[in-house]
Amino acid sequence: MEITRPTSLADALQARGADPGADLLAGGTDLMVEVNFGYARPEHVISLRRIEELARIEDGRIGAGVTWARLEKSRHRALAQLSRTVGSPQIRAAGTIGGNIGTSSPAGDGLPWLAAADAEIEVASEARGTRRVPWSDFFTGVKSNSLESDEVIVAAVVPDGVPENQEFAKIGQRSAMVISTVAACVMRHEDGSVRVALGSVAPTPVRAYRAEQLIADNPSPSAAVLDEFARTVSEEVSPITDHRSTEAYRRHAAGVLSRRLLERCLAR
Amino acid sequence: MIVSFKVNGEGRVANVAGAESLLTVLREEMELPGSKNACEQGECGSCSVILDGALVTSCLVMAADCEGSEVTTIEGIGSEGELHPVQQALLDHGAVQCGFCTPGFVVAAAHLLEQDPHPSRDDIKEALSGNICRCTGYGAILRGLEALAGEGS
Repeated sequence: MEITRPTSLADALQARGADPGADLLAGGTDLMVEVNFGYARPEHVISLRRIEELARIEDGRIGAGVTWARLEKSRHRALAQLSRTVGSPQIRAAGTIGGNIGTSSPAGDGLPWLAAADAEIEVASEARGTRRVPWSDFFTGVKSNSLESDEVIVAAVVPDGVPENQEFAKIGQRSAMVISTVAACVMRHEDGSVRVALGSVAPTPVRAYRAEQLIADNPSPSAAVLDEFARTVSEEVSPITDHRSTEAYRRHAAGVLSRRLLERCLAR
Repeated sequence: MIVSFKVNGEGRVANVAGAESLLTVLREEMELPGSKNACEQGECGSCSVILDGALVTSCLVMAADCEGSEVTTIEGIGSEGELHPVQQALLDHGAVQCGFCTPGFVVAAAHLLEQDPHPSRDDIKEALSGNICRCTGYGAILRGLEALAGEGS
């Protein structure tokens, strides 16, 4: 096996461009599980953890190399909340938001927040430079995305106008070290309109646009509207039954969780 | 491939064949078997080490990527003659049963106390949430660490 340990983004892009088959390594919390279980046998690894440019948090921009441990203190309330639910302290010290985006698991903890924030994924290659991909175009299926084989994920770009009033929660079988059964993120604008995003209920993170419209039409929702909101979220998601849960439970929990988060936003 | 890094303050050189983990190199090449190999997926915490100041599971660290790093393992935290206060506290409170998870707990707890000498019970529980004990020994572990956290505060 060969390993390249670039210290600048330019060097990483050069290495990736020269060998598009190379595996990218950030925190290792996904790739090393594959290695340990014999599912992956990398021939060339490009390690990204020495690249300072990827580890920056700027206004409206979160570097791909930023760890969950750092995002636990994010000024974005729901991003901080979800970061605290990722794995364990050991996992959060190593794992990065860019790794979460790159793995594109339906259960990726960061993805509902990126969807609710209408984030763009900034990617770069040596050949074509930088491009920004809306989250909804970036995530294309279970563990698949539109990253090209010569590209590197550089940052999550967070647009202006993300509501400060935001909540995240996930359901799992225990409170620590758990992969979510359902995850939800709700953001509420000052005019009462909301954004609702869910994880683990479809091949990619999803927005519940019909439920959002219902609240846009009823910005001070009655109990009856909140009931309808939960029902609408349940209808809009498309979960499956697997070893972690059933379709019916996930559908139900998606509605309950979204309603609960909206009520928390309304109480603020 | 030759990879050089510091382990417990000492410069070490490893001959790494492929993508194997730091845990594998510590145990099988460096004769440091204190870090335990159990789940190999970062779930159980029994292989916890401190890598460049951060508590991580060494099974999820690629050894080839450790060039230039500093690693502290359980062997660097206490010795038979001179126990770390965390080790003494666990002994005093009967917090060791089969002992397999103990090195990981000691490394995690020692790392916590280095950051915060007087953590609350909730802080301790959170800091140990990535370490699993299957003898259900959490109560005694918590009592031992709470006693230690309370000292001198």
